[in-house]
Amino acid sequence: MWKRLYDWIDQRVQLGGLMEFMGKKYVPIHAHSVWYYFGGVSLFLFIIQVVTGILLLLYYKGSEELAFESIQFIMSKVKFGWLIRSIHSWTANLFILTSMIHMFSVYFARAYRKPREITWVTGMLMFFLALAFGFSGYLLPWNELAFFATKVGTDIPGVIPVIGKPIMVFLRGGEDVTGATLSRFFGFHVAVFPAIFTVILGIHLLLVQRQGMSEPMNAEANPHTEKKTMPFFPNFLLRDLLLWLIVLNLLAVLAVFFPWELGQKADPFAPAPAGIKPEWYFLFMFQTLKYIPGKVLFLDGEILGVLLFGFAGLLWTLVPFWDRKSNRGERNRFVTYLGLFAVIYIMILTIIGWVA
Amino acid sequence: MIAWLAAVVYPILAYLAPPKQGEVEVKSVKAGKVKDIEKDSGTIVRFGNKPVILIRRADGEFAAFSATCTHLDCTVQYRKDLGVIWCACHNGKYDLTGRNIDGPPPRPLDAFRVVVQGDDVLISRKA
Repeated sequence: MWKRLYDWIDQRVQLGGLMEFMGKKYVPIHAHSVWYYFGGVSLFLFIIQVVTGILLLLYYKGSEELAFESIQFIMSKVKFGWLIRSIHSWTANLFILTSMIHMFSVYFARAYRKPREITWVTGMLMFFLALAFGFSGYLLPWNELAFFATKVGTDIPGVIPVIGKPIMVFLRGGEDVTGATLSRFFGFHVAVFPAIFTVILGIHLLLVQRQGMSEPMNAEANPHTEKKTMPFFPNFLLRDLLLWLIVLNLLAVLAVFFPWELGQKADPFAPAPAGIKPEWYFLFMFQTLKYIPGKVLFLDGEILGVLLFGFAGLLWTLVPFWDRKSNRGERNRFVTYLGLFAVIYIMILTIIGWVA
Repeated sequence: MIAWLAAVVYPILAYLAPPKQGEVEVKSVKAGKVKDIEKDSGTIVRFGNKPVILIRRADGEFAAFSATCTHLDCTVQYRKDLGVIWCACHNGKYDLTGRNIDGPPPRPLDAFRVVVQGDDVLISRKA
């Protein structure tokens, strides 16, 4: 029966070329092969987000008066609502974590070098979108923490001279964080970001398929040594699927034993609660902003912070274009030290922010 | 071509900018009765659609400031244990005259006028 189905489709869309391509696809095996799995896991977590996100949409109400109550309803009245919401929240965090690991592994392996510059840039765009997903989704329950996180987060672009204020007003849907902000963030979270993300993800995956997996630089430097490989279909894919299953189990454990809290409903006329902090992936920036004094020379401290992080993000995204040594197959220690500095800085500031 | 683009882009950009909401301009608000406001305390009061913090110092004197932190827009609170106005978001501190004294806030809090009329405490904008 499968054969007949295959033949039926093959007669209409000529599957031969695709099957031949899939049959020839190999994954290099080396000491760092384990990092290849993080891209796939990130993809899997994104798929979970889409599915659980659609399920939440069936009951969520995106308005200032009803958002918090609708999440309460999902968590207390809808069968398995607590589970779906908890999985969505946990997956969001794991998605950013695995994307981050994927990004750093690609960076340290210099897998962004020619000819994979576009793959890197599309990956970085998706990473920024993942942060935007996290930030916009965080507000949707309309709780106290989310309210102030959004106030701070949308005020940050507002400090940029000239263009800052219009950006802030655009993001908030007005001068302040109100129900208008919630409506906008809801729209960004469920329509604008998924649409853009899907297009970029398509390009990213297409490039990975077209160009194959990047090999470590030392493997490329010795073309005559015998290279170990593994067929993508089915060997690597089955390993990928096994890992996805493990991740799904992990998510179930996290969601059941550590259900995501809803907190207090946002009150625009209550002070920011003591101990307020953003999600862990923004903590290092949050902590840095605490250390920058109000005025540094002629600049306001927060403007300096925004400029520094903006510049660092841009430098990081454009690494394939300024790291010419790696493109030529030479070692570039500066890139390694910069990467190590970024990892250590993020880790230390995150821990301090977490403990503080 | 440019005219066509402008005809498409302009309405979209204009649509994205939220219309200005007509706000009722608040001149002053009643924050409460003197006897109900403890000494050495701070309360957030609604001034139109903005929060204002009303401070009653230990000596019984009143002062009011915008409760929006000049750093990144969080709402401040009174810390009795430290005797300062404090922002929980980035640990910014202001003294009881609204002056930024510690942490990242770049400017003092905007001051409001407090008038006691009989037993009522009224807050109004400074001219």
